[in-house]
Amino acid sequence: MTQHSRAKYQPSGKLQFGIFFQGVNSGTIWKAAESGSQTDFESFRRIAQTAERGLFAAFFLGEGLRLREHLGRPHELDVAGRPDAQAMLAALAAVTSNIGLVATQNTTYNDPADLAHRLSSLDLLSGGRAAWNIVTTDNAWTGANFRRGGYLDHADRYTHAEAFVETAKRIWDSHDPATGQWQRVLHEGQHYTVDVTPRLPRSAQYRPVLFQAGDSPEGRNFAARQADVIFSAHPKLDDALDFRRDIVERTLDAGRGANDVKIMPASEFILAATPEEARDKKAWVRSLQIGPQQAIAYLEQFWGRELGEYDPDGPLPEIDPVVEETSETRGSGFHGAKARQLADQWRAEAKEKGLSIRQFVSAKTSRVDATFNGSYAEVADRLVEHARTGAVDGFNISPWLIPTGLDDIVNHLVPALQERGVYPTEYAGSTLRENLGLATPERASASAPTESAPLEARV
Amino acid sequence: MGNTNKTAGGWGFLALELDGVARAADGDTAGGATALAAAVLAAESAGFHAVTFKDSPAEGRLNALQRAAFAGPLTRSLVLIPEVDTAYTEPFHASTQLASLDYVSGGRAGWIATAEDDPAAAAAVGRSYVAGDGLAQEAAASIEVSRRLWDSWEDGAVIRDVASGRYLDAGKLHYVDFDGPGYSVKGPSIIPRPLQGQLPVLVPASLVGAGLVEPSGVDAVLVSAPTAELLAEEIRDVRERLGGGSPAVVVELDVVLDARGQGAAQRLGDESAIGKPGSGGTDGARRARFAGSAAELADLLTEVLEVADGVRLHPARFDVDFEELSRLVLPELRRRGVLAPVPQDGTFRDLLGLERPASRYAATAVGN
Repeated sequence: MTQHSRAKYQPSGKLQFGIFFQGVNSGTIWKAAESGSQTDFESFRRIAQTAERGLFAAFFLGEGLRLREHLGRPHELDVAGRPDAQAMLAALAAVTSNIGLVATQNTTYNDPADLAHRLSSLDLLSGGRAAWNIVTTDNAWTGANFRRGGYLDHADRYTHAEAFVETAKRIWDSHDPATGQWQRVLHEGQHYTVDVTPRLPRSAQYRPVLFQAGDSPEGRNFAARQADVIFSAHPKLDDALDFRRDIVERTLDAGRGANDVKIMPASEFILAATPEEARDKKAWVRSLQIGPQQAIAYLEQFWGRELGEYDPDGPLPEIDPVVEETSETRGSGFHGAKARQLADQWRAEAKEKGLSIRQFVSAKTSRVDATFNGSYAEVADRLVEHARTGAVDGFNISPWLIPTGLDDIVNHLVPALQERGVYPTEYAGSTLRENLGLATPERASASAPTESAPLEARV
Repeated sequence: MGNTNKTAGGWGFLALELDGVARAADGDTAGGATALAAAVLAAESAGFHAVTFKDSPAEGRLNALQRAAFAGPLTRSLVLIPEVDTAYTEPFHASTQLASLDYVSGGRAGWIATAEDDPAAAAAVGRSYVAGDGLAQEAAASIEVSRRLWDSWEDGAVIRDVASGRYLDAGKLHYVDFDGPGYSVKGPSIIPRPLQGQLPVLVPASLVGAGLVEPSGVDAVLVSAPTAELLAEEIRDVRERLGGGSPAVVVELDVVLDARGQGAAQRLGDESAIGKPGSGGTDGARRARFAGSAAELADLLTEVLEVADGVRLHPARFDVDFEELSRLVLPELRRRGVLAPVPQDGTFRDLLGLERPASRYAATAVGN
């Protein structure tokens, strides 16, 4: 480890916002009169342009690999159906000029050469605004839509992902601007081989910015070695400070600088002019996010059986789950929970707090600590602490309404934060890297061997 | 010449291949997008019906589907048709990407389904090289996967029924259960049915036929011939081979025009003026090349559109030839009544005279 890389972490004192248009979840309200289309281009244009008006650093899209299921058939109760992330972002590149365009793409059911090429294309088309939110998946249920099927073990997903990311980086490094030539990139891994001569030059920001969201120790180490930004799960101030300390340590251990990895936790904002209005609004939002049917369906996912006979406003079912472990069919958050143990725990918890099924599920799904609720001024004051302490570099906001869900934030919260001196008053530059305050990567030595070591054998 | 596909005599459409526009060069980091935006707007106002986007690996060539998607919000009536390979891509992703293009363009998307005949393309994704009829089988499978996935959400599957708490009607979602050459796809799609229901699919004629891509799965075939004189005969042969009710025919044509005080023959002899020599058709077949004046090209296109439904023009140099095409050739063709009207607020299916089909699964009354 070089001396300079052990330099202390320096808070920037500023916050940045990103917007995550989720497309599939229970957090997006579809039952209100204001709920717009999840697929019409106008919804995407409206929200991206609103975000850009609010000087947001980034616009995020998720990736769909398999439609979620409930008890063996497509899940009906939540918003679902979303476009290909990069196709949509390429279209948004034409109607925006500064905001970063972040595509969530998994390393299991994409090919490195193809994905690196498409991300480069998006980066070039957008003038250096593209980013890749790296995710992994491993289950055969998802694999049923792809040529490779369910080939990857859960335990191997990060080694596989890391080899994938390093191969992508080598593809982005392969162009030698001095000669105008590309170096051939070879990779031979446990699960796949790549032999490609790339054909796109670097972009205005060199290469796409890398986001990553893993929270396990393995995931955090991966981010510390590879990522530019962590899309974290720790927005609450004390948690966020702990997470920052942990990531700074890991980043230094990986031989990088203390400020090299930015942190933007996932969050939700429910705001109004006064504290009272904001509280009422939150109750309204929660009632529309988890209706009676969603509450029952949520439990059914863990119980593995139909619970339609139970009263959503009554206590949790006394009947036991029929499954040992929950499956993957509703997304990775549901994977592998020990069902019976969980049911006992939940029944005890609901009884102790006097919660009905609906209240219990609403509390479980709403991520209390990820929600900023209050008047514009109250929330702005809270966020100043996040900026001052350097707990986070910003927030990645999931709006609960499409396409108007950012209006309050952009019209009221952003000016309040600007008055407090913790939010940008203009875009720092035209690339995402500039706007996030990230350094330009250095090109790996041109004389480096073209063939990588067997990365997947590495621990 | 009889042409059963035409709704009115002599009408056809013109597609302009945009290769060479927005090639990325190092140091030119924003120029590509600016040039692309300018080119699609110019093509639309010149009266072209469609633009196409090549996608085979080439230096500086950006992903075709993304270039088409970028053009979506910028244009109003222009049909956007990228090439998307079927041999070495994931059929599930290709289907989602194409459906997404249909959404961002308001129903103006099409698909030139290619099958990359190149060992390097196989090596890039670590697959074995597919050749010969295997390529047509990959194309057939990928097209079938997309077609099924596009139908896997029936129209109106998003019900937003507050009373029952259901956003979707699972009865209108269908597993596609495709079993193909070495892989299977379960479905349903992760994006609702495209605006057009089914995107028009264009396939090189060499991949289409019995035991290859079935003509019934294709909306148009791309026909190449070694010379312009042989095109009419080639079209006749293709129509005969594919039988009655065959897909529309789109002719591939390279174009080098007299321009900027230089004769086409002279430009042809001067490689720097036209870039590298003609690289052949989408399917590797040699593409006919027209070299001459704008008036002569108008005559040729009039003849060709008598027997074909459309022409895909490959200008030798976009900036040079486009000027002649828009200033001289298109106005002359319009004057002669050779060109189909550009549908306003229409879809690609409208341009081809195709109905919006019901989902193939719509007949299934309940469940999957």
